[in-house]
Amino acid sequence: MLMDLFNHWVVITLMMSGLYIVIAHGNLIKKIVGLSVFQTSVFIFYISMAKVDGGTAPILADDIVQYSNPLPHVLILTAIVVGIATTALGLSLVVRIKEAYGSIEEESIQQQDNQQQDNNAHAKRKQEEEA
Amino acid sequence: MIDIILLTLLVVVAIAIIRMKDLFAVVMLLGIYGLLSASFFVAMDAVDVAFTEAAVGAGISTLLMLVVIAMTGRKEKTNRHKPLPALCIVLITGGLLIYGTFDMPHFGAADAPIHQHVAPRYINDSMAEVGVPNIVTSVLASYRAFDTFGEVVVIFTAGIGVLTLLSVARRKEDAEKISSINDSMHEQHLVIRIVAKMLIPFIFLFALYVQFHGDFGPGGGFQAGVIFAAAIILYAMLFGLNTARKVINQTFIQLIAAVGVLLYGSVGIVSLMNDGNFFNYNVLASDPIAGQHLGILLIEWGVGCTVASVMMIIFFSFAGRLELHQHNERVKNQESS
Repeated sequence: MLMDLFNHWVVITLMMSGLYIVIAHGNLIKKIVGLSVFQTSVFIFYISMAKVDGGTAPILADDIVQYSNPLPHVLILTAIVVGIATTALGLSLVVRIKEAYGSIEEESIQQQDNQQQDNNAHAKRKQEEEA
Repeated sequence: MIDIILLTLLVVVAIAIIRMKDLFAVVMLLGIYGLLSASFFVAMDAVDVAFTEAAVGAGISTLLMLVVIAMTGRKEKTNRHKPLPALCIVLITGGLLIYGTFDMPHFGAADAPIHQHVAPRYINDSMAEVGVPNIVTSVLASYRAFDTFGEVVVIFTAGIGVLTLLSVARRKEDAEKISSINDSMHEQHLVIRIVAKMLIPFIFLFALYVQFHGDFGPGGGFQAGVIFAAAIILYAMLFGLNTARKVINQTFIQLIAAVGVLLYGSVGIVSLMNDGNFFNYNVLASDPIAGQHLGILLIEWGVGCTVASVMMIIFFSFAGRLELHQHNERVKNQESS
């Protein structure tokens, strides 16, 4: 009875670990790793819903009566490959951020942005005063 | 039983990922996490998914992250911002979700709502309607071909995105200088190079087997594309990027990525012109089953081409960027000394 929902609880634990990494860590690569953990937990959720007790892999063969549900398999199969493509896009943004700011820590990027903004505002005020 | 052990290990790995500060270790743990979840998918009868996850999660994604770490540095700063509120949010959300699971059907229950809707039709009628033993392939390539088309376009778009963000315009004279750095790094691993040289043809053969045997066993265009790209990536890692660029023309793989999507889409257009619905393969040949086989073969080719070339494009973009970084650093060092 207790183990009937074990899969769901593990999925939620993994999902929350991923979410925690995304919120609490400032390093952009670590954030992407967190997103991957989150993503895989969703895959695990779908695949464990597809399992039927006593079923086998959904490849038709003689004298097999019970198959697991093939639909979630299809959805997740394509989602994995789309996932790596989008992760790669995220990583390439990280590389560009590193080139532009010299850092991939969120705080230092934020600091540099604020400084830039202050400098701009300062320069503007000076211009207006001169005018 | 084995699935409970695998799930527990997954939780352990996830906690280790949170606690590790060294990004290199984090990325290796993520590879282990991918491999564990692939094993879990086998235990859950999802052989096609396990195949993909093993190739992608444990293979290519680990590799890409390692390349990025080589550019951005492997140490994470120790201070976290607002860990306590984050923990609160996470605990509350998790608690609510766990409360929600009490209403969910139990694991493995055959009468769960998910098994009542369309799945019985796929399982009972797909042999008569599509004529392919692997139900996952017939759903992926025939019943839900429109959906899969969307996914292929997303992959293609992501490939273009990476290319726009990272592609390096290289001049001829630069290329020679950069290659000299690159080749000197790869001269030492003689044993690995010879073993890999013998293995690569078999990896290609396996990729083609997975591509064409996907109707009858686990496999299909997505897995075959990733495996095919993995062979090329292995070659590039061992023999240097410049050698690999000579073997595989970069413009050519960009063309192939587009041709794959085009091939997929045109199968839909042809079925539309033959008085069928978009992606209704029955009208492609005089016999509906033969039409289904033809349609599935063609779109699996399209998927395989696009996935393989997008994976290669992504790897070559990242590795080319890394090469440029190393080159710039070396030039800087030479100037300062």
